[in-house]
Amino acid sequence: MKKKKINGFLLTGLLIAGFVVGCIVLGFFWTPYPPDAMEAGAPHTAPCFAHLMGTDKFGRDIFSRVLRGAGTTLTIGVSTVALGTVGGLLIGSLTGYFGGTVDAFLMRVGDVLTAFPSVLLAMVILSVLGPGSKYNVVLALGLVFIPTFARVTRTAFAGLRDVNYVKSARLMGASSPRILVRHILPNIMPVLLPAITIGFNNAVLSEASMSYLGIGITPPEASLGYMLSEAQGMFARDPWYALCTGFTLVLLVFGVGLIGEGLQRRGREVF
Amino acid sequence: MNKELVLSLDHVTSGYRTGGIFKRGTYQEVLHDLSFDVRHGEILGLVGESGSGKSTLARTILGMVTPDAGEVIHYTKRPQMIFQDPYSSLNPAYNVEWILQEPLRIYGKYDAAERKRRCQEMVERVGLPLECLEARPNELSGGQCQRVSIAQALIQRPRFLIADEPVSALDVTIQAQILDLLRQLRDELDLSYLFISHDLNVVYQLCDRVLVMKKGCIVEQGTVDEIFDHPKEDYTKQLLAAAE
Repeated sequence: MKKKKINGFLLTGLLIAGFVVGCIVLGFFWTPYPPDAMEAGAPHTAPCFAHLMGTDKFGRDIFSRVLRGAGTTLTIGVSTVALGTVGGLLIGSLTGYFGGTVDAFLMRVGDVLTAFPSVLLAMVILSVLGPGSKYNVVLALGLVFIPTFARVTRTAFAGLRDVNYVKSARLMGASSPRILVRHILPNIMPVLLPAITIGFNNAVLSEASMSYLGIGITPPEASLGYMLSEAQGMFARDPWYALCTGFTLVLLVFGVGLIGEGLQRRGREVF
Repeated sequence: MNKELVLSLDHVTSGYRTGGIFKRGTYQEVLHDLSFDVRHGEILGLVGESGSGKSTLARTILGMVTPDAGEVIHYTKRPQMIFQDPYSSLNPAYNVEWILQEPLRIYGKYDAAERKRRCQEMVERVGLPLECLEARPNELSGGQCQRVSIAQALIQRPRFLIADEPVSALDVTIQAQILDLLRQLRDELDLSYLFISHDLNVVYQLCDRVLVMKKGCIVEQGTVDEIFDHPKEDYTKQLLAAAE
């Protein structure tokens, strides 16, 4: 048996992302102060023990707000990626494995969609669906992410369509769904998992940009992107609001990015 | 049912089409009007230079390529195939036990205990230690992988096996072991083989009859002794001279 080498990228990434996600999950159940409570402390308090990230001009505790806002961001990121992955896997596996005219047609549609910047496209979809709702943001971003995932999985499935172990599974009478799910899918994980982590980061950043531009999340709900745009107006007086919000976003994305890099490196070692 | 035969090819012509929506398709005929039988219990060798259509013939027999004319008649159920590259024919995501049980799961008539029993029996039959069941294909040697491929091909108990250059990726001592194993399994499990190879020495050691193919046609067929000792066609003589 081969000894597993410790993968620094993966380990560090898991630690950082695990810490951030752990705090966020905690934030769903408990925050030091109610996130929307005015006068939780004196306005314009700099970071201290009572208020880890300080307070804003209304005296709201920024740490509590960041926890709750990051929760929204995380939920949106995860659901978006889930939607994109499931949709992309469905389309990509079928077109990659079976090929043919449908494959050629769908991939050209994908080309057209990926030609637009993803945030712009999501904005168009969102303005049709109606902005403001969390679910519409997820739906819009998820739809935009489907072509990217479809392309990645299509390439992987097409590459493994005619390898000998798939041929012999076919000879043994395995059904196409069985071949797709049990014989090919486990072997494309080294490609799929890094794509998922990169997709998650893109989703988080896209949501942040959209909320920053004011077409994503609307009050009373808050996400990190929305809070950044709010913090912009208070930057002169309460710089820690923007800095702490931004730092949390960066830490989450950085941790997940490291996981992706680690998975990619591990994939290269295995194959 | 004809009990003497396992496979008949009746004037089979086959080839590949290329082209797409915007491109005029081209057609390349690879096999021209082939007729031969594989008899029960025999090892039929198929020799020919690269590009003579040996692998296309295997694909046609297995139904991966549909013949454009003629008929492939199977007298047995589910023929299986052993591939040249022992590594790529085993799924790298699973261990040997999963790989060997998968054909039985697909077949779907045995419970978990019976699958495990058959899998262990087959591992021993192909001469592998039971520890191999836990191993992934990338932890095995080429010869061990080829034994696992053979076990996987045989676990559904087919009567007819196509082996496409099964030993040409292995070194000579391992080749001899695998050939012995194939011969032994033929006797024990009552199998028939179509053995594709460009290596005439290997064919001479293993086969009962030989087909010589050139550019998609059968130029000569006969028993091993006939072909190797008294070749009639010039092409067969050339092949034999090249192998000396």
